[in-house]
Amino acid sequence: MATQQTRTLGRVLLAPSVILLFLWMIVPLGMTIWFSLLRYNLLDPGTESFVGLLNYQYFLTDPAFFAALANTLILVGSVLAITVIGGILIALLMDQPIFGRGIVRLMVIAPFFVMPTVSALVWKNLLMHPVSGLFAWVAGLLGLPAIDWFTNWPLLSIILIVAWQWLPFATLILLTALQSFDEEQKEAAEMDGTPAISFFFLLVLPHLARAITVVILIETIFLLSVFAEILVTTGGGPGLATTNIAFLVYAQALLQYDVGGASAGGIVAVVLANIVAIFLVRLVGKNLDA
Amino acid sequence: MGKIELVGVEKAFGNVHVIRNVHLQVEDGEFVVFVGPSGCGKSTLLRLIAGLEDTTGGKILIDGTDVSDTPPAKRGLSMVFQSYALYPHMSVRSNIGFGLRMAGMPKEERNRKVEAAAQVLNLTPYLDRRPGQLSGGQRQRVAIGRAIVREPKAFLFDEPLSNLDAALRVNMRLEIARLQDTLGTTAIYVTHDQIEAMTLADKIVVLSAGQIEQVGSPLELYDHPANLFVAGFIGSPKMNFVTGQAAAARGAATIGVRPEHIAGSRTDGEWAGTVTVAEHVGSDTFLYVAVPGIGDITMRAVGEFALKPGESVYLTPDPDRIHRFDAEGQAMLAAR
Ligand SMILES: Nc1ncnc2c1ncn2[C@@H]1O[C@H](COP(=O)(O)OP(=O)(O)OP(=O)(O)O)[C@@H](O)[C@H]1O
Ligand SMILES: [Mg+2]
Repeated sequence: MATQQTRTLGRVLLAPSVILLFLWMIVPLGMTIWFSLLRYNLLDPGTESFVGLLNYQYFLTDPAFFAALANTLILVGSVLAITVIGGILIALLMDQPIFGRGIVRLMVIAPFFVMPTVSALVWKNLLMHPVSGLFAWVAGLLGLPAIDWFTNWPLLSIILIVAWQWLPFATLILLTALQSFDEEQKEAAEMDGTPAISFFFLLVLPHLARAITVVILIETIFLLSVFAEILVTTGGGPGLATTNIAFLVYAQALLQYDVGGASAGGIVAVVLANIVAIFLVRLVGKNLDA
Repeated sequence: MGKIELVGVEKAFGNVHVIRNVHLQVEDGEFVVFVGPSGCGKSTLLRLIAGLEDTTGGKILIDGTDVSDTPPAKRGLSMVFQSYALYPHMSVRSNIGFGLRMAGMPKEERNRKVEAAAQVLNLTPYLDRRPGQLSGGQRQRVAIGRAIVREPKAFLFDEPLSNLDAALRVNMRLEIARLQDTLGTTAIYVTHDQIEAMTLADKIVVLSAGQIEQVGSPLELYDHPANLFVAGFIGSPKMNFVTGQAAAARGAATIGVRPEHIAGSRTDGEWAGTVTVAEHVGSDTFLYVAVPGIGDITMRAVGEFALKPGESVYLTPDPDRIHRFDAEGQAMLAAR
């Protein structure tokens, strides 16, 4: 099989697709890097000039960058915590033989099918609106003052919206894992008189470790670039309160027309995403090959 | 002490009656084996005793106390599962010690017991491995270790050897027998392998369709099966059953005779037939013989009996070893 000849042939046959994939990836990346080294402002066309790392210097020393970085990490961390813990709890509930389980499952999955823009609008106008929102109405029933969510708790509001969108995904993956828990192991634990709490922490949670890892990895990839929800609700404000890296890059490019600066920001975002990814894979990846 | 008593135990899933009116007494230190065809309710009966299923009727007594409403952990029994049910993310040590840990035993004492059990089961070198890094036989021993450290009143085994290959099965069978003998703990063992049943049991319980067909020592069941079902179930190859003329001549609806209780001859005998298949395995010869007016008869001759398919043979059943059954399939006493 693996003679010299077949190997050479294999390489020759594979080459076109590999080259195509490589170009597909490298051309936009290369262009972004090139733009990031230029002074390139859309308001001032025809004046492009090479400025070296100046764009990076501006982007990285801009106080907005640190605010955005912090917001990104808080957003990702909080949503992960809410979806993983919430997902486990809901999955535990849904694993019980309750009446109408099929319907409940369908309803829990539903938010995942709502596109981010729509769900953000729904939350903004129907739920969190300080005058006409459902939360304000409930608060009114209880005699409490209505909360102006996006003014007083902007980042928390965004976190809630995004967590609501990702909870179904986490729940679904965790429920599948939970259902694969071996029935005889459950009975063995029962014979040993394992209390419910120990049963959960010593047996169920380790069993779920792999699924939790998958949820964290996949969600992180998407959560690092949350954008639509911010654009639709707060527009990154008040101030910089809800600006994450993705939104900052957008603001740089399309609000200030600074293509060079935005490209530098984009490259920084790519580097950051990779750092987070490496960190995560190190941290939780060992669960995957066990 | 580990005396287990079942009094009129019933179990139904919905309106399917799986166990019907089972009465059984298991003495302290006894090795009892449940056998029966697939789906007859062996596992269900064991799980009822363990407390993993609730009875729908009757009582289960352990050492004289009714435990029908006692949760499994409080019954003082250990179970060895068919799939072993080891916790994959825990070391062998933690697996064996898990029950003790749940019972709140201090770590020192726990470790001592785990190591003692590992010693008995030759598991000492593997204590820090995960179950996934063990062979099937070693996993089985870990499962047994988990059962013995708790020093239960009785062991419950549900087909513990069915995932092992034939050679290992023989070894583990011997090991279980030796272990139970040394510990002197009551054991209830479910299997559908009758060699396992015959070799391990002090007492065999033959089940069929949720009912006990017969209870007795292995040889009692072999020599005096109470009915057609037990007669056909115990013994390999199966007992030959003959109905009609030959049975009526002996005053029975059906007569049964085991293949090893038939003498074969080339020249004369009671039944004349033709060999259809001959299996020569060296120590024994199994002949499948078509006898006109009687049916297909299996016979077993010790050593080599050089007959080929198509040749004629005469068969003579040992008159002292003929089992007679009435029209209901019940054994008729006073054989002959
Ligand atoms: N949870 C359940 N719900 C409904 N029926 C069940 C349930 N568990 C077992 N049964 C039925 O009870 C009968 C006895 O099952 P059981 O598992 O005790 O058989 P078994 O003798 O152990 O068979 P095997 O040798 O194949 O393991 C079967 O007909 C099975 O379909
Ligand atoms: Mg079974």
